[in-house]
Amino acid sequence: MAGSNPYKTYLNIFILLMFLTFVTVAVAQFDFGALNVPIALLVASIKAGVVALHFMHLKYEDSMTWVFALYPIFLMFLLIGFSATDIFTRVTN
Amino acid sequence: MTDHHDFDKNYLENGKGFKSWFFSVDHKRLGVMYLWAIGVFFVLAAIASFLIRFEHLSPGQTIVSAQTYNVLFTLHGAVMVFLFIVPGVAASFGNFLIPLMIGARDVIFPKLNLYSFWVYCAGSIILLGSLLAPVDTGWTFYTPYSIDTGTNVIMVTFGVFVLGFSSILTGINFIVTMHKLRAPGLTWDRLPLFCWAAYATSLLQVLATPVVGITLLLLIGERYFGLGFFDPAKGGDPVLFQHFFWFYSHPAVYIMILPAMGIISEVLPVFSRKPIFGYKAIAYSSLAIALISFLVWGHHMFTSGQSKLINIIFSVITFAVAVPTAIKVFNWLWTMYKGSIELSTAMLYSLAFIFLFTIGGLTGLFLGALAADVHLHDTYFVVAHMHYVMIGGTVFGLFSAIHFWYPKMWGKMFDEFKAKIAFVLIFIGFNVVFFPQFILGTQGMPRRYFNYSPEFAFLHQLSTYGTWILGVGFILMLYVLCRPTGPASANPYNSLSLEWQMPSPPPTLNFKEIPTVNDSTYAYGTKIEQEA
Amino acid sequence: MQLMKFIKSLAYPSEMLPPIIEEEESHFDPETVHSSAKMGMWLFLATELLLFGGLFAAYAIFRAKYPVMFLEGSDSLDVVLGSVNTVILIFSSWTVAIAVQAIQENKIKLVQVMIWITLICATIFAINKYFEYTYKFSKGIGPGTDIFYSIYFASTGVHMLHVFIGMIVLGIILKKTYQGRYSKDNFTAIEIGGLYWHLVDLVWIYLFPLLYLA
Repeated sequence: MAGSNPYKTYLNIFILLMFLTFVTVAVAQFDFGALNVPIALLVASIKAGVVALHFMHLKYEDSMTWVFALYPIFLMFLLIGFSATDIFTRVTN
Repeated sequence: MTDHHDFDKNYLENGKGFKSWFFSVDHKRLGVMYLWAIGVFFVLAAIASFLIRFEHLSPGQTIVSAQTYNVLFTLHGAVMVFLFIVPGVAASFGNFLIPLMIGARDVIFPKLNLYSFWVYCAGSIILLGSLLAPVDTGWTFYTPYSIDTGTNVIMVTFGVFVLGFSSILTGINFIVTMHKLRAPGLTWDRLPLFCWAAYATSLLQVLATPVVGITLLLLIGERYFGLGFFDPAKGGDPVLFQHFFWFYSHPAVYIMILPAMGIISEVLPVFSRKPIFGYKAIAYSSLAIALISFLVWGHHMFTSGQSKLINIIFSVITFAVAVPTAIKVFNWLWTMYKGSIELSTAMLYSLAFIFLFTIGGLTGLFLGALAADVHLHDTYFVVAHMHYVMIGGTVFGLFSAIHFWYPKMWGKMFDEFKAKIAFVLIFIGFNVVFFPQFILGTQGMPRRYFNYSPEFAFLHQLSTYGTWILGVGFILMLYVLCRPTGPASANPYNSLSLEWQMPSPPPTLNFKEIPTVNDSTYAYGTKIEQEA
Repeated sequence: MQLMKFIKSLAYPSEMLPPIIEEEESHFDPETVHSSAKMGMWLFLATELLLFGGLFAAYAIFRAKYPVMFLEGSDSLDVVLGSVNTVILIFSSWTVAIAVQAIQENKIKLVQVMIWITLICATIFAINKYFEYTYKFSKGIGPGTDIFYSIYFASTGVHMLHVFIGMIVLGIILKKTYQGRYSKDNFTAIEIGGLYWHLVDLVWIYLFPLLYLA
């Protein structure tokens, strides 16, 4: 769509994703303690964002599509947030 | 499949026989088929409920055994919730009305619409197939009992899973239809309020249903593969199932009620001859309900052993969801204020909706209040509350719609006088059944119990007698609707919305030319109406 | 007549797929249908995200509850196989993206090659997964062993199901490219089929570090 040669762009995106996959595996070799999961999620989210924006063309979509794409993520955090709040603030006898 | 692009034929005449219906992609035919299907399931589940009430005519065993009783209330709940009320108004009248109201020839994906109906049929067959080894868990399938019981939980939950697909696909279809197929000039702030309500409903169907889908898949996995999420013996957490379940099932309450609210917003202005009061407030409150409804599910779980902190959070947010609902009620009341009110049958049902739904809604706040709920939870108070919302709300809304759009749907008129008698019977019967249950609940009668102590006998019997009045009312209503009195004109109520500006019943392809909309749909009693 | 059609369509499931896959003459203009199909697909992807959302929620909660179990569990998984599968899926996502671009330039041959590669990648992914599963079973580890393996089998199993569905969708599209159904004026099916495949990739991008590495 945009850009002079889309195939070249896609190739660059693919190389970027491969690099990020390498980063995913590489950072997992170090122990950051409590930060292990957040770091893994951060890298994964960058990858997911690249796939969504470029491969799935979210970049070119209208705002309604963005809402449909992002709102479920909010709901997922809601589900995790409230359930976890319950489970980790329970007083067990 | 509708090869006859014939505007002279109305949709009812366009093809005869089972196949011409079951393979039709016409949204009107699909709407009518959904209406028939939910009607059949309503009767089935209602029969179960009559048996339940009959059983309670006296303490101890009256007609059925305790296990049969468990099966009956599960059947009643599961069929009413998953086969009748969730698809309910949205699938039947949503399909029939949305394209007509927005000036389109069909929904955007007509074939997908047909497939959704087939999926619905398949799901209902699977769900009812479980009757071979009937389930006794209640419609909520709470773990750990649903993992341990020897009954056919896998089949029922799989049926519900399949039905979820139907719900999701219908929701997607409606949302995209309303985004892409509105007639020229029909801006969002001119969209009929029923469409707004259907839009909010569809959002909930799309966003909430997958979560119950995965929950039920996991439940099936627990039984079949021995997964451990909800099994305390394996380190799982049975309350987590309730979290996941109510994450869907609380928004599902609004899937059930929102379309009925949309119907009320259509019926009231027509029979009050006044523009709807607070159009934007009603429209946006539908969306607000759809958004807030995701935040309150925990109020179903106050006594489940949930933490105190989350109990308080959920209780507080629950009060917020009452706000948009109240906004709607006040706007409806102001719509009627100083209007020229005509008490047609549809209007009577709508008025009853406002009255009964307000009772149902307010008692919901008692239950949402943490301290009161600890006392009232799992008593008949809850039963009465949810029936005031589900019957007093949704079913009365559905009946209002059936009477209001009867001329459009069938091209015939019905006997208003007899229909009003049926209304009176249903209204009285309903209150006799369920009002005593509020009192029973406050006195401590638990729900889903087979037996009860003798001091509850009078109220239980009263409630059972009520079901007989209600039953007679239903039968009379059905009788009236099955005996049309004569052909209907295109617009017998002088309504301004698009679906009434075409012949009754509508032509197969709805509009010869796509109309242009210049004004609000609700300009009753104004200059625009006189010119129209 | 219609019944025959129906029975026939059962034999050829491709005929049963929603109109968003199968184009036919419609009441609506092509541009509307195209943008609507995309919007519908995004909504469907939203439901898919939430379907996996339930699994991610379970992961988050039980991981916080049983950190040691999760560390031991993820150590027992084969990182090499997991990494290979990640590369394979991302590669297949790339080929699908190329296919969507190619059809807009009427390069049917390129489309066909790309979808073939995608299907082969998907098959390799499935075979790898098969070896992983059977290896675990041979050591007596199953979905009911502990919560970690419950999560592992449930989420990779549901993901695998999506891989298969994606393969069917792409297979049907591939078959239709040979029938000359698609061109630069008619590529909606390829585009939204591609969207579905990217979602399969997207979910795996999260599952891989969460299960194998963390």
